[in-house]
Amino acid sequence: MTRIGPHLLSIDDLDRAAIERILDRAESFDEVSGREIKKVPALRGRTVVNLFYESSTRTSSSFELAAKRLSADVVSIRSQGSAVDKGESLKDTVQTLSAYDPAAIVIRSPHAGAAGLVARWTPAAVINAGDGKHEHPTQALLDVFTLRRRLGSLDGANIWIVGDVLHSRVARSNILAFTRMGANVTLCGPPTLIPRHIEALGCQATATLERLPEADVVYVLRMQQERMRDSFVPSLREYATRYQITPARLQPGQLLMHPGPVNRGVELSGEAIDSPQALIGAQVRAGVAVRMAVLYELLVGSATPSLAAVA
Amino acid sequence: MSNHADRLFHRPEGPAELLIRGAHVLDPRADLDEPHDVLIRDGQIAELGLPGSLTAPDGADTVDAEGKHLFPGFVDPHVHLRTPGQEHKEDIGTGTAAAAAGGFCAVIAMPNTDPVVDDAAVLRSLAETATREARVPTGFLAAVTRNLKGQELTEMAELRDAGALGFTDDGKPVVSAGVLRKALQYQRLCGGVIALHEEDPGLSGDGAMHEGAVSARLGIAGIPSLSESTMVARDAALAAYEGARVHFQHLSCVESVEALAHAKEAGAPVSAEVCPHHLTLTDDEVRTLDSRFKMNPPLRSETDRQALIAALRSGLIDCVATDHAPHARHEKEVPFEEAPMGTTGLETAFAVVFTELVLTGDLELDTLVARMTQGAALYDLPIPTIAPGHAANLCLVDLDERFEVGAEGYASRSENCCFHGRTLQGRVLLTLAAGTVAFKTRTLAEARALR
Repeated sequence: MTRIGPHLLSIDDLDRAAIERILDRAESFDEVSGREIKKVPALRGRTVVNLFYESSTRTSSSFELAAKRLSADVVSIRSQGSAVDKGESLKDTVQTLSAYDPAAIVIRSPHAGAAGLVARWTPAAVINAGDGKHEHPTQALLDVFTLRRRLGSLDGANIWIVGDVLHSRVARSNILAFTRMGANVTLCGPPTLIPRHIEALGCQATATLERLPEADVVYVLRMQQERMRDSFVPSLREYATRYQITPARLQPGQLLMHPGPVNRGVELSGEAIDSPQALIGAQVRAGVAVRMAVLYELLVGSATPSLAAVA
Repeated sequence: MSNHADRLFHRPEGPAELLIRGAHVLDPRADLDEPHDVLIRDGQIAELGLPGSLTAPDGADTVDAEGKHLFPGFVDPHVHLRTPGQEHKEDIGTGTAAAAAGGFCAVIAMPNTDPVVDDAAVLRSLAETATREARVPTGFLAAVTRNLKGQELTEMAELRDAGALGFTDDGKPVVSAGVLRKALQYQRLCGGVIALHEEDPGLSGDGAMHEGAVSARLGIAGIPSLSESTMVARDAALAAYEGARVHFQHLSCVESVEALAHAKEAGAPVSAEVCPHHLTLTDDEVRTLDSRFKMNPPLRSETDRQALIAALRSGLIDCVATDHAPHARHEKEVPFEEAPMGTTGLETAFAVVFTELVLTGDLELDTLVARMTQGAALYDLPIPTIAPGHAANLCLVDLDERFEVGAEGYASRSENCCFHGRTLQGRVLLTLAAGTVAFKTRTLAEARALR
């Protein structure tokens, strides 16, 4: 059987079979989320630490909910107001938290490779909840989960990732995950925001939306306001003119995704966000089930053959 | 050419009295490449003879060196000894101990300390410290601009009088062509090679590694090769125009090699160095996100590496330099983008290049020895030579011995070596610098072959 773990630092830690196993597991947990009592005892008595060095709403809340629905004890630490704020090094913080014997540490950091370092310093399973512009593997898993539900399979699907690829960890994890699941990935954005040599990851890149009608899925990235300051784009207005996804630019049947939070009126028009083609709400809902599945696979894994036995 | 040997400083020790018996002596400049006995008396090479022909005089030690190689001592024109101000990383004593352990008989220290060596008083105090602490003769470069800010020139003439071998803002480029041009003009008054760390900050930005497929994969901002090569081309043109002596530090990419070739063909008075890590590693190592592989300039592509090897082989690149850059463990044990740039290199330089380039047939051993000593000539220092009448500056190496880097610790105060844990071949057993024993392996010491 495909091995998952001991950590989830990168999509590269998972082959296609492992991704499918996590998504299958997430389907069962999604059923739990539909119950009135949304809880299973799978991680009862275990501790999950969420360590967030960057502000985050949906990732931190969905990890917290995921751990709680598995009955784990959860400690959430944010950089503001903690020892981290007082200049404690990442290593010292992790070693201190490890003294509580957590089963898992979920880490979000502004720096590439932070989750990998944490994994060296703790016996706990480490889950990368975003490290710099490097990776955000659970986002990619929930995106694949959402798409698999809609399309059945990603094999042969044409997925366009539109926007600021240069600064996007979501883009990197999604390029890896989508291609691993059989999709063809095209990146589209201003040439200043498409990293040179990114094609080495097995995707194509283009500067215009001309061929957008070929896409089955349009995955739009967040365009951060401060990108103007560093001259990546001359103005958000010019960016929106060239790259904003509007209902007029979408073909019927194309699916629209976004990792959130959306800059309404910049990368997406309000009408596009609210259109029935948008899967943005489904992505958020998938977050909890997929993160439950990741925690479960890393901490319990194949030791328990079926969910029924623990549910 | 003036001789700058009086601009090197070290702790005086008793002169060596020593017979090195039967070592294979390889000194390309002395045209030596065969086994010899080498007798050292009063710190000087007294006599060379056929193996077994010389006997140790009373009071002299003997080292049985059959099967070992004896080279002229190496000279490193680019080290960071961190004194003053950052002694938690390294100091003159530990840094020069690392040099001696690597077979170096002289090193040249960079001025990007705290405070910066931009003032004669700082330089005099450093020279004084070196005469108390340095295990091998140590020279100092002074800053080109005050506090390395790239704006106002230092008092270059006074710094030369105080003992500066030359000038550099190493760690940073001299961004303004106008400021650099004035320094090059001023060189006509005060002399002293001007060494350049070439980088266009507008192109390197907040980059932390080479711009290529690996940086694209990791989402780490890249430093494109042309950040370096455009500045090499610019400054070679300035040097040619002013007739100024310029040395390019730690070249890392094929485009810089091409710019250097162009400048040399046009007769510009320029020279260049390359580091062992750029000759042997590529940005592929950074996939591990291990901060030991973070240095400036960054590890680049295989194409770049091959171009550097070819340039070192041909002599287009004049010498090997380590850019020994120690950092404390806690400073390097942070995420890659946060970590300071630099790797230590003095203790591994010879073995790394020997293992990765000589044993593979990419570089001849005598070429390597020549390039490990040529740094002296670039700064008008005498090149160590194994010949009667010369001070004993040499190193004895076992080319067959394999060792794991770092397994027995380091002489350096820091352990941020990008070769840590690798198995290398070619171990330095003994180093003589300025006529004194600067380093000997524990084995030699325990065998009481040397007092």
